[in-house]
Amino acid sequence: MTRINVYHKSPDQTLAEDIRRSLQSRLATAAISCPVEFAAAAVRVAGSESCGKCTPCRVGLAQLALLYDALLDGKAAPDAIARIDELSEHIYRASDCAIGFEAGALSLQAVRGFQDEFRFHLEKHDCSEWACDPVPCRSGCPADVDVPAYLALVAAGRYTDAVRVVRKDNPLAIICGLICEHPCESYCRRGLVDAPVNIRGIKRYAAEHMEEDYAPAKAEPTGKRVAIVGGGPAGLSAAYYLALMGHSPVVYEQREQLGGMLRYGIPSYRLPHSELDREIAWLLGAGIEVRTGVAVGTDVGIDELKAKHDAVYLAIGAHAAVPLRVPGEDAQGVYSAVELLRRVGSGDYPNYSGKRVCVIGGGNVAMDAARTALRLGAATVRIVYRRRRLDMTAQPVEIDATIAEGCELRELVAPVRIEARDGQVAGLVLQPQMISVIKDGRASPKPASTPEQTLECDCVIIAVGQAINSAAFASYGLPVKRARLQAAPDGSLPGHDGLFSGGDCVTGPATVIRAVSAGKAAAASIDSYLGYNHRIELDVEVPPAFFSSRVYCARSNMTEPYPDDLVGNFVSVEVGLLPEEALQEASRCLRCDHFGSGALRGGRKTSW
Amino acid sequence: MVATNSATNSATSAAGSTAAGSTAAASAAATSTTAAAQKTAKVALSIDGVSVTAPATMTIAAAARLAGVEIPTLCFQYNLNDVGACRVCLVQLEGEDQLVASCNTQVQEGMVVHTNSPAALKARRLNLELLLSQHDVQCTTCVRSGNCRLQTLANDLNIADERFPKRLEDSSWDMGFPLIREAAKCVKCWRCVQVCENIQATHIWGMKNRATRTTVGVNDALEISETLCTVCGQCVTHCPTGALRERDDTQRVLDAIADPNKVSMIQIAPSVRTAWGEPLGLSHEQATVRRLVAALRKVGFNYIFDTDFSADLTITEEASEFVQRLTHASEHPWPMFTSCCPGWMRWVKGHHPELTDNLSTAKSPQGMFGAVAKTYFAETINKKPEEIFSTSAMPCLAKKMEAAQPNLDSTGTGPDVDAVLTVREIARLIKSLNINVAALPEEDFDQPFGIGSGAGEIFGATGGVMEAALRTGYYYVTGENPDPDAFAEVRGLDGWKEARFELPAAGEAPTNACAPDSESICPGSVWGSDATTCGNGVVGPDGAGANWPEDGRAMISRRLPNLRVAVASGLGNAEKLIGALQRGEVAYDFVEVMACPGGCVCGGGQPITETASMAALRGGILYGLDKRNSYRFSHENPAIKAVYANYFGEPLSQKSHHLLHADHRAWKMPNEEK
Repeated sequence: MTRINVYHKSPDQTLAEDIRRSLQSRLATAAISCPVEFAAAAVRVAGSESCGKCTPCRVGLAQLALLYDALLDGKAAPDAIARIDELSEHIYRASDCAIGFEAGALSLQAVRGFQDEFRFHLEKHDCSEWACDPVPCRSGCPADVDVPAYLALVAAGRYTDAVRVVRKDNPLAIICGLICEHPCESYCRRGLVDAPVNIRGIKRYAAEHMEEDYAPAKAEPTGKRVAIVGGGPAGLSAAYYLALMGHSPVVYEQREQLGGMLRYGIPSYRLPHSELDREIAWLLGAGIEVRTGVAVGTDVGIDELKAKHDAVYLAIGAHAAVPLRVPGEDAQGVYSAVELLRRVGSGDYPNYSGKRVCVIGGGNVAMDAARTALRLGAATVRIVYRRRRLDMTAQPVEIDATIAEGCELRELVAPVRIEARDGQVAGLVLQPQMISVIKDGRASPKPASTPEQTLECDCVIIAVGQAINSAAFASYGLPVKRARLQAAPDGSLPGHDGLFSGGDCVTGPATVIRAVSAGKAAAASIDSYLGYNHRIELDVEVPPAFFSSRVYCARSNMTEPYPDDLVGNFVSVEVGLLPEEALQEASRCLRCDHFGSGALRGGRKTSW
Repeated sequence: MVATNSATNSATSAAGSTAAGSTAAASAAATSTTAAAQKTAKVALSIDGVSVTAPATMTIAAAARLAGVEIPTLCFQYNLNDVGACRVCLVQLEGEDQLVASCNTQVQEGMVVHTNSPAALKARRLNLELLLSQHDVQCTTCVRSGNCRLQTLANDLNIADERFPKRLEDSSWDMGFPLIREAAKCVKCWRCVQVCENIQATHIWGMKNRATRTTVGVNDALEISETLCTVCGQCVTHCPTGALRERDDTQRVLDAIADPNKVSMIQIAPSVRTAWGEPLGLSHEQATVRRLVAALRKVGFNYIFDTDFSADLTITEEASEFVQRLTHASEHPWPMFTSCCPGWMRWVKGHHPELTDNLSTAKSPQGMFGAVAKTYFAETINKKPEEIFSTSAMPCLAKKMEAAQPNLDSTGTGPDVDAVLTVREIARLIKSLNINVAALPEEDFDQPFGIGSGAGEIFGATGGVMEAALRTGYYYVTGENPDPDAFAEVRGLDGWKEARFELPAAGEAPTNACAPDSESICPGSVWGSDATTCGNGVVGPDGAGANWPEDGRAMISRRLPNLRVAVASGLGNAEKLIGALQRGEVAYDFVEVMACPGGCVCGGGQPITETASMAALRGGILYGLDKRNSYRFSHENPAIKAVYANYFGEPLSQKSHHLLHADHRAWKMPNEEK
């Protein structure tokens, strides 16, 4: 008689895991259209996992689902929301295991967090405002770029037209092809099928394979002058669209060259300056006046700007370093990452030959600083981070590349002090940490009992955040809170007629595409403020959506050169898609602009 | 004429030909490099074994028609709804696992389509079964029974039982409102949403709820009576089932007819005569208005009158008002808008209340007739107003709303029009009384309101009111009748038409400051420049009526060498027109708007035809009647002459003002009540 069998995975188990994975990928790309519907579904999924032993979970989750159904069917009693709250809390408090108490917690979070939506269902028997996303990638893009349109154009081999489509909503087609954080991809419905389309890769391909250059259509000159303070992505986007609208934008940039963080923050091995310069030159061709080396607030006053222009847009970015606040920070050889990257961006390459470098921080900027230090000749580069690698805010792909290039990552160590010898950095003292409770959704570290360690080093680069130099604007009287300019959603500064602001200086350090979105909104608001209603219009005919075989097909990624080829140079670290890869990727698009609710709810916005 | 826009659907441009011996299929080079090439390219494909060559931009469903194959559809409607929602038109493509909607999938080179493969057939039937699970199948008591797309499809596809348990939507509805929605009959085809949003620019219907509970509902969770619904009824005529219909008022009418203390009269609107026989199975040749008169007499009405008469009355008043406004140009906003269409009236007041004063103060023909019925007519037959039960047969749902306006009670005894029946209700009324209309001999209208001019007839078609007004307006300005067909340029089914007409006595260039270099009466008017500067020093003599003083006439023709008119049908076109006016892109003197595309002949109360737009056919009937009418001018209608001689005196008289004109601010749209 058999006492025990060797573990064997049955076909049923494999099948069940497949189905679970499919559900996971569905949830991963899910755009929740109604929070009540979603909470109800989650309660049912949780109920399906109940082992059935305990009352709150077995009976409670079933009853909770019925309460949700009644609410959604418009048949709920007036006290339904209170009863959902009561029962959810009960299941949370009274369940024996996580299947129950986590389900209760989720439902409780929903019913308390979405009070308005729940009440609307109860009272109006309708869903309040969460319409379903017709074209998920477009909804996921801060700049509302018409992704299916340009994917279809790339599939049709019309690359210039594809770029025109991108630039209707995002003028930085080349730049974003290289470095956009592509939030669109995490919404891509192709993710339900196999994997999201490589949208950024296709954009990059289009931008690099334009058949011809073109000049965008411009409205009749209006004679209105708009000052743009800051030549970064937000400022340039606003300037470009204002120029197309017939206005005369003047960009005031305090540094020598345009680009902002694109030049002075993002290393050229990720965004080659040749490409950056090519795109900026093209943008300026639309009719943008540029004054570099002019700092607003010192070289030129805000009142003077206001007097000389019909409107002013402040897009000064977030270029200041955040200090670490540990003893020894004033030693020689301690730099901020912002400072280092700015120096390199302006073409000044310090010599790190033979130096042992420590980088403090876990964000994308820390990775950029580490890889830059390596390229400047550093003997060793160690990244120290007080949480775990998986808690880092840097994109995983950036972390991988940084390590692949030879940087060392030390997780769970917190800087205590910087030791100096003769005023020069000699070591970084670290206190080992353990990861512990989750606060506000983030795992927090606490000191471990392990004794302090010292990393001997010659150089410490601090990459723990960026701040905004907004003091001049605050003292002028503009609304500033925690150094951020307090702009309204349309980019206007309440109480200051004709003044607008956007980008990192409003949101805090964010992404290029969010800066583009800010610049675009500002252009529209400024145009309206000046008394116009210029529209930026789609000037390309989009190929119709053909039914294409929904063959399961894996995603083609961009590739990287071998790390050995990257030592000591600033050559681009990414290789774009091959022509056949670009075509295959573009053809993987499910054309949600045509299929699904795109057909009903408008898959295309032809102007803004 | 500038046809800026077209709202009405012309016939499908199925210009391709079946190509039995078509050229050998080119290699599958599906990606054409330019958009232009894609437009003109043709592709060869096979549908149910028939080879066909079709334009590359054509859908499979349209190409199938070229191959002689009709694919069943439910939600699809040409030029309105190709959203592929119902999935009834699914077909199988050879080599593909999944089925595609033929209504919105374009043909491709080498495609092999099977419209009736086992998988396609099964899917089509299953989709219908699923829709039936949400449909309250009450065919025996449904107004759309026999004219229901769902019913036809279920019958045609031989669906004999319902296998899915019913999941019917609960809903409540204000059954007193002229437009009724029965949620449990809705199949979520989205046509009503599309027509309301894209054709009528009114945005009443929308998606209600989400996910698997998604349905159609009034936007913003409002009650229908709280919305800016124009009650145009286009959602009803585009509904494939009985989910949308009018409030049925036939029983109230039958009760009144049976009431010995009531005198029952009915007026028949111009466009009713173009379509009333359709649901009764009559040909358009059989279904004359005189046969309808006979049928309604059988129903029991004591008096049967012609709304053509009051259309002529409207023209007499409105043309006089227009000429009066011309001579007092500075006192009025421009252009003048027609006011005969209640859907349009509701839309203007709802969406552009600032333009209320641009509307002619003339009541609609229904409104005028109602006022005449309860006053002059009641007097002539020695009855009190409350003893008259006044019914109207209308192509329209909004007329039910108009009849209930508090200001349309001329006598203080109740509404001038007691009941409004749509053409569909008229047909149901006749059917319910088992009247064999085909066998009825034609009969004449009752007098004195049984005569209408050709100008009155064409009120039911887009451009008709404008043309009728121009015929009479011309007479008022020049003292002579024009060629009755002189203004034919305003005819036709384009959604937004423009025309200019020269007046014969055009004198020297205008000398007043307001229009130094344009032909405009008042170029700035409400649209921009200071309207008060218009007409300085040239304001004509006071006084109203048809007898315009000579110097007044000369002054008008001097100032109006070119009369700029525009005609829009479909409220979406009206929205575009108003937008262009307000942006100063166009300037007009007189604008006609009818809410329904094509005019009243395609009104929301007309018989419902799924397959084709009836605008051309029904409109053509009216123009034929106009051509054959012995009176082509409203002012020449002897009944009109008589009513002025006996009662009103002259157009714009005090009595006319009291009974035939209305204060459009005396009733409110929901936005005005707040």
